[in-house]
Amino acid sequence: MLSDWTLWAEWVIKSLFVIFALLTGFAYLTWYERRALARIQSRIGPNRAGPFGLLQPIADAVKLIFKEELVPAKADKTLFFWAPVVTMVPSIIIAAVIPFGPVVNLFGREVMLTVANINVGVLYLGAIASIAVYGIVLAGWASNNKYAMLGGLRSSAQMISYELSLGLMFVTAIMLANSMNLYDIINQQQSVWYALVQPVGALVFLIVTLAEVNRAPFDMPEAEQELTAGYHSEYSGMKFALFFMAEYQKMIAISMIAATLFFGGYREFWFLKGTIFSVDHFWWLGPIYLLIKVVVLLFFMIWVRATWPRIRYDRLMAFGWKVLLPLSLVITFITATGILLADQYKNQLYYWSIPVLSVVVGLFTVVFVYRELRRKAYERA
Amino acid sequence: MSVLDPVVELVRGLGTTLKMMFERPVTIQYPEEKRPVRPRFRGRHVLKRYENGLEKCIGCSLCAAACPADAIFVEASENTDERRFSPGERYASTYEINMIRCIFCGFCEEACPTEAIILGDNYELTFYDRRSAIYTKEMLLEPVPSQEMTTPQKTEPGKYDRRSVPEMKDPTD
Repeated sequence: MLSDWTLWAEWVIKSLFVIFALLTGFAYLTWYERRALARIQSRIGPNRAGPFGLLQPIADAVKLIFKEELVPAKADKTLFFWAPVVTMVPSIIIAAVIPFGPVVNLFGREVMLTVANINVGVLYLGAIASIAVYGIVLAGWASNNKYAMLGGLRSSAQMISYELSLGLMFVTAIMLANSMNLYDIINQQQSVWYALVQPVGALVFLIVTLAEVNRAPFDMPEAEQELTAGYHSEYSGMKFALFFMAEYQKMIAISMIAATLFFGGYREFWFLKGTIFSVDHFWWLGPIYLLIKVVVLLFFMIWVRATWPRIRYDRLMAFGWKVLLPLSLVITFITATGILLADQYKNQLYYWSIPVLSVVVGLFTVVFVYRELRRKAYERA
Repeated sequence: MSVLDPVVELVRGLGTTLKMMFERPVTIQYPEEKRPVRPRFRGRHVLKRYENGLEKCIGCSLCAAACPADAIFVEASENTDERRFSPGERYASTYEINMIRCIFCGFCEEACPTEAIILGDNYELTFYDRRSAIYTKEMLLEPVPSQEMTTPQKTEPGKYDRRSVPEMKDPTD
């Protein structure tokens, strides 16, 4: 069984590659965020450690490793220890199914540039994304601290509410590709991205991902003005660093997912199809295109954080349940109907109903939200 | 007010922050780039000299008396024409300011009858221990332009005996 150990070696190498990519990605995402935020605020940001402050993450890591770790006397010691681990692990393994390149011929064997090419890839993403909430809730509970507890509870409520819309957006992508395999989804998007087929769906997905990774304006679990630091109030040293890592790795992973499902994944931009810049010509362009898309999506997250204030908690829940969930349901319905019509009448033109109708529905949602807000303003006056 | 206003406003917010990205940062990169201080800035003290190199300080301890933080310690000694530090009878043989106590109020400056102590423009006062926070006379004294003007000087007898402050051309100055 010679092929057996080579298969294992391939898996190990690919897993290590993904893990190291995520870990360095995390380190430099903190640097990227601090620099970008600083520029938006007319500052320069960390630029002392190394050229352009590129060694800053290393300095931070050294500091965090050598910091004292405190465990509150009345904390649940076991859970307190395991909560960061439970948060950290899903944020890494979620990237296992994301393809970062096509099938390539390396050292005489066909290598698929993903850790696991499973045919229920999207389902796996949904499952792992839901596990992440456990770590946060357990951390909040184990700390035996009111603020941490509230942060954990908020986070669980928020993530469960927004996961419904996230799941429905997964469903739209699955329906459009007629497959749960991420390679199939990417290859279906060669000529047109799903962000163009389903623009409102992509927008909803981006909003929901902000809530899923607890980023501003939905960073309720760690709203510092209300909860000091939320679920990680009592954590220090490397345990805190694990939460921090998990948050940023989730940002990277979810940007990769968004790029894969709606922005063509590792494939070239649709207008470069068939040119020399195509992934079919040079396979190594695949990871580069994915990186570009991820960096742009991450910039969007940072930009939003720099711009919009944090939403109030009841409005967050109302927005999730009363606006995003019905909107996602309608979008799913429109997508399904469009695909059915196109299949039924063997006419590709019916696909056009999907973007048109979803934009109309999106506008209607805005109108409804606006009228509701105005009605409330009149009642208050 | 149209129905799209909420969305338009959100996007305008994003536009504003994006525009800010391309503006020059206002940061002054401190150790490389220093902002000049204002004329009346009160920084580290400097003990001044006359044009001929004699110290203005006569060791009268009025600054120490005026100091609300009790940061100044002065010890006076007698001048002679052989070893003359300052005009008049006495000079400060010890002059110490504890920079941890000093509140930079400038009262010492105002109390000084000879305008010997001035709060300068140096604000980089850092030290690793309490002992090095005490600035001695050598550290505070203004450097001399040339070696023969350093104190103590040998002066001709009777020239600087009586007055502590030399005759001024323009007393209102």
